[in-house]
Amino acid sequence: MKAFWREYRENWIAVIALAVVVLVVLAALLAPWITPQDPYDLASLDLMDARRPPGFVGSNGYVHWLGTDAQGRDLLSAIIHGLRISLQMGIAAGLVAMTIGATLGILSAHAGGWVEAAIMRVVDLQLSFPAILLALVLVAVLGQGKSQLIIALVAAQYAYFARTAYGAATAERQKDYVEAAHAPPLPSWRVVLRHILPNCLPPLIVVGTVQVANAIALEATLSFLGLGLPPTEPSLGMLIANGFQYMMSGRTWISVYPGIALILLIVAINIVGDQIRDQFNPRLRR
Amino acid sequence: MLGFIIQRLLQAGLVMLAMSALVFLGVYAIGNPIDVLISPDATQDIRAAAIRSFGLDLPLWQQYLAFLGRLLSGDFGRSFVFGTPVIDLVLARLPATLELALASVLIGAFIGIPLGIYAGYKPESPAARGIMAVSVLGFSVPTFWVGLILILFFAVHLDWLPAGNRGPTAEFLGVQWSFLTREGLTFLILPALNLSLFKLAMMIRLARAGTREVMLTDTVKFARAAGLSELTILRRHVLRLISIPLVTVFGLEFGSTLAFAVVTETIFSWPGVGKLIIDSITSLDRPVMVAYLVLVAFLFVTINLVVDLSYALLDPRLRRGGRAS
Repeated sequence: MKAFWREYRENWIAVIALAVVVLVVLAALLAPWITPQDPYDLASLDLMDARRPPGFVGSNGYVHWLGTDAQGRDLLSAIIHGLRISLQMGIAAGLVAMTIGATLGILSAHAGGWVEAAIMRVVDLQLSFPAILLALVLVAVLGQGKSQLIIALVAAQYAYFARTAYGAATAERQKDYVEAAHAPPLPSWRVVLRHILPNCLPPLIVVGTVQVANAIALEATLSFLGLGLPPTEPSLGMLIANGFQYMMSGRTWISVYPGIALILLIVAINIVGDQIRDQFNPRLRR
Repeated sequence: MLGFIIQRLLQAGLVMLAMSALVFLGVYAIGNPIDVLISPDATQDIRAAAIRSFGLDLPLWQQYLAFLGRLLSGDFGRSFVFGTPVIDLVLARLPATLELALASVLIGAFIGIPLGIYAGYKPESPAARGIMAVSVLGFSVPTFWVGLILILFFAVHLDWLPAGNRGPTAEFLGVQWSFLTREGLTFLILPALNLSLFKLAMMIRLARAGTREVMLTDTVKFARAAGLSELTILRRHVLRLISIPLVTVFGLEFGSTLAFAVVTETIFSWPGVGKLIIDSITSLDRPVMVAYLVLVAFLFVTINLVVDLSYALLDPRLRRGGRAS
């Protein structure tokens, strides 16, 4: 672990990206305490403050550093709360997709035969189908809401994990130590849990990081299209969509700042994921 | 070989059948379209008549069989909202989407491949690093956000290009096209650029990786020894060698371009099938959703089938009747 960190530290871009991710996660966790205003509390909103540019001093006496939106909501508070929701969705969807995908992948590698053929055929088929369409259909079918959206995101993403886990597990399966572990009369699930699963984890973690970023982007896209979360849960995508209509009249900050927050988060997660992948990749090792 | 083809065709047919059932069931599960179509104060008789006229009173499996039968004869039913046959609705909007997708694929190829070759030819140069940074952004930044920025910069800030809609079109072969009029072209640029972003990033990566590999081969060494100029080597040898995988990915990507057009069309109010599907989801226009999804599924199955079969033609191991992988 120490060596891992020492190697990670050599890439200063990745260090900055990691700092951004940590900061965003902290801000999201502490959102109710650090934001100047509760964006859900309609009583604290004043329409007199609506659509004000960044730096405007509102009627409540504090400065709106990033301006206000159409309801007079402090944009900085809305963004931090939006990040909280986006992160929640991304991490929840990523974890569930990883669990389901890894289980399916390892199971099919372990079971072989028609189970393997059936599962991997479905996974391959799904990988050739654009994730966004699948999510779109599911959201349309299931309706709006947090859990529905997570289901849609999971369905769109589990296949990547299944492929990764399958690839890693089939590679492990052929190695001597697995053969040896199978020799004593132990139940085969023990071999899978104790030996195969741990060796599949590194690639799964790498795919997982990137997929969390993808889930956040997908959720933002769906919310932007008006098919994601209901208006009571304003994620970043919805904030951007709300500001879109004011963009033509020059009030650009309403969508630009939530967008910058979104991009920063996604790009930072991707850079961290790339760095971890490079460090796990034995071919790139010096 | 024949057995392989028959097996793949059967598989494709099965997938289509499963997809149609899934789509039908899935779409059936969404709210009751009658509530949307008829005003709540309509009499019971009008309600019943409407339910009958849309065939919504039959059992589910009968509706599915009827749906499948109509599908096979090319009849996708009538739109609940527009009252016109769905197939007309989709066909009327398909050219706009095809034009957009084609334009974006062309942008991806004609900008992405040269940039990628350069980045692979001089991987350590600052320009190459810049190109790669752009491609990383193209992969990770959501399309809709880039679309907004494009509108903000080129339409609002600079006021060079229109921010949305299709603009004037001209007729060619009985279809309306934007690229035939000068003004129409200005409407096409931003959405096409937006949609091409992902492809651009991918083409850059693929071309770069391919070029780096080819530059190390003997082909290039001998070409250099023969005194060919670097530009000729890149054009004649490198481009030709890396073009095979690029073309494959191109074919596969065309389908997903059509799918991703959903987002771009919504941002730029481009009147294509993508906007149609979003509108039909929000208005619960079932027949349109079903028709769109079945068509997209058909498109994907066809593309995958063609790719599989062409690999079989190229790969001698498969030609002898063996199995893939």
